[in-house]
Amino acid sequence: MSEERPVILEIKGLTHYFDSLKAVSDFSITLREGELVGLIGPNGAGKTTVFNLITGVYRPTAGSIRFRGVELVGLPPHEIIRLGIARTFQNIRLFPNLTVLDNVRIAHHYLVNYGVFDSFLRSPRFSKGEKEITELAQELLEIFGLADRQNDIAGSLPYGMQRKLEIARALATKPQLLLLDEPAAGMNPREIDQLMELIHFIRDKFNLTIFLVEHRMRLIMNICEWITVMDFGEIIARGKPEEVRNNPKVIEAYLGRLAIR
Amino acid sequence: MVQKLKNPAVFFMGGSLLIFAIIQFLIETGRLNAYWQTILFWGAAMTMVSLGLNLIYGFNGQFSLGQFGFYALGAYTSADITWRWVRGDPSGLIVVIGGSVLALLLMWGVASFLKRFYGVSVFTEFVFHSVATIAGFAMALKFLRPLLGPVIYSLIQALPEPVGRQIVFFLALVGGATIAGIVSFLFGIPVLTLGSDYFGIATLGFTIIVKVLLDNSDTILPFPEMKGARGMVGIPKWTTWPWVFACFMFVLLFMRNLLHSSVGRAIVSVREDERAASLMGIDIARTKILAFVIGSIFAGLAGGIRAHDLGFLHPTMFGFLPSFNPLIIVVFGGLGSMTGTIITGFFWVFLLEGVLRLVLPTGFENWRYVIYPLVLLLLMLLRPQGLMGRYEIPFLRQTYPPVRKPGEVKA
Repeated sequence: MSEERPVILEIKGLTHYFDSLKAVSDFSITLREGELVGLIGPNGAGKTTVFNLITGVYRPTAGSIRFRGVELVGLPPHEIIRLGIARTFQNIRLFPNLTVLDNVRIAHHYLVNYGVFDSFLRSPRFSKGEKEITELAQELLEIFGLADRQNDIAGSLPYGMQRKLEIARALATKPQLLLLDEPAAGMNPREIDQLMELIHFIRDKFNLTIFLVEHRMRLIMNICEWITVMDFGEIIARGKPEEVRNNPKVIEAYLGRLAIR
Repeated sequence: MVQKLKNPAVFFMGGSLLIFAIIQFLIETGRLNAYWQTILFWGAAMTMVSLGLNLIYGFNGQFSLGQFGFYALGAYTSADITWRWVRGDPSGLIVVIGGSVLALLLMWGVASFLKRFYGVSVFTEFVFHSVATIAGFAMALKFLRPLLGPVIYSLIQALPEPVGRQIVFFLALVGGATIAGIVSFLFGIPVLTLGSDYFGIATLGFTIIVKVLLDNSDTILPFPEMKGARGMVGIPKWTTWPWVFACFMFVLLFMRNLLHSSVGRAIVSVREDERAASLMGIDIARTKILAFVIGSIFAGLAGGIRAHDLGFLHPTMFGFLPSFNPLIIVVFGGLGSMTGTIITGFFWVFLLEGVLRLVLPTGFENWRYVIYPLVLLLLMLLRPQGLMGRYEIPFLRQTYPPVRKPGEVKA
């Protein structure tokens, strides 16, 4: 059924070297609108590098990344974000000394249409813009259950809330495609269950396509529709969760150790 | 009435106007002699430079040692304008103001031209903007000076002398600040892409370049009136308390309003986590240049104030060692605290040039440089976050909207 949906992200032949080390090799994937796709693989397989290549942190050695038909290779990160891609980080990267609300409002910055002089003169444009983004940010925080902590310093929040705030901040850039980099890292099973619910909820609420990098089988096998498996920078398998689970190459590379448990 | 006083803005503005009136009264009645007046004006100038540095270093996280270079540029530019003006030559005014306008227009054109291309290299951008700047000033020199010079001169001369003088002084201050801004923009394009530490070294280099150029301003540069290493004399002493107050308040309010806006939040986010900021859609390069240019404009403005108070400029005033003073003030007051910078900025000049000079017995003045590093050392040991940490007085503090009750209907 998902075959008929329009393509949102198309990566072809993506290759990246760190000096002479091949981090990603001939990586290709196609994401369609509304899909929930997982990318798994052992440590150092190049999963996060793929995310960094998509968001323009690194420039790939070869290959093309097209987002709704727009070539992303060569664009700086902030312009890629403005096209409608947002991401979170493996190890949380909030703005720790700022308040929860400001963390979200910063992600709204590019939506603001007033400049330095409006802010100096406190013009009507300034007040209007400020009110708008504050309301948008507060709405988002409410959805994530962080509304009553909006004026707390982000660094002082408990770990689980920081994870949530990071997702809220990513959504504040108004993305169509959300890249989640190990969202369940450091969470206990109960928190993972909540996270799964949350991911489903935001996908439906914001009409998102979600691309997920994860270690935790429990999460990825339960929520992803399609899974791609990487090892040593190369794709070794792809398919539906149950197909991947039974793929001997995958079991050898990765799941084998986990399947025993 | 009481309720109104509790509003920090009303309280702050009222308080500063009161301070203004008291000091103006003291000056009028001659109770504040020229010496203390100079200390006060100097303190204001140093605070303005330091506020600029705090914006760049404390709020944007870019370690700059170049603020004294921009201070020097502002001082010499505005001094040159008025020096020439009082000797009947309007060319300084015409070239600086006219050239700045032309250069800014050309740069704007270049910027919108370059915007059409993706991935323009930093070097290309720098070359294009530099060419635009040089072209703007060359055109002003070639065409505007003979064309507008006599007209503007006779126009302003036709006004009553005090009015004309204030207009020229205002334009000189604006000119000094604009030159500092334009130079910092050009310098910032290539250099701000470096990491913070390398940026510090590069800006230190800038201060030294400016100092060397000023040392040789009468030989290498075509400005015989600056007299190179002998020092520029005969600058009209036009700085008055209202001017100092107005410029200081402009800097303070501009910075406060900037920081309490979305642009300010973007500036701070770059300090907090550069990569996360860029992945939240913030244009890092633009934000850094914005903070750097604004901070340098503050420095240039302060330079104009200082030059017209002293009436004399010498390159050693802007040398290697004094260039660390704003940094000391900012760290002393607390990185990222405007209140701290304001307090220590005045305190620093007041202590070093005011109190200690009077308290120490004659012949021991140089012991100041033993006492004040000791104070610094003690403070850094006892309060490493600076005198004020990140504390702000209520008016300068960011206000946050109240927590919305869940389910509350949007107004």
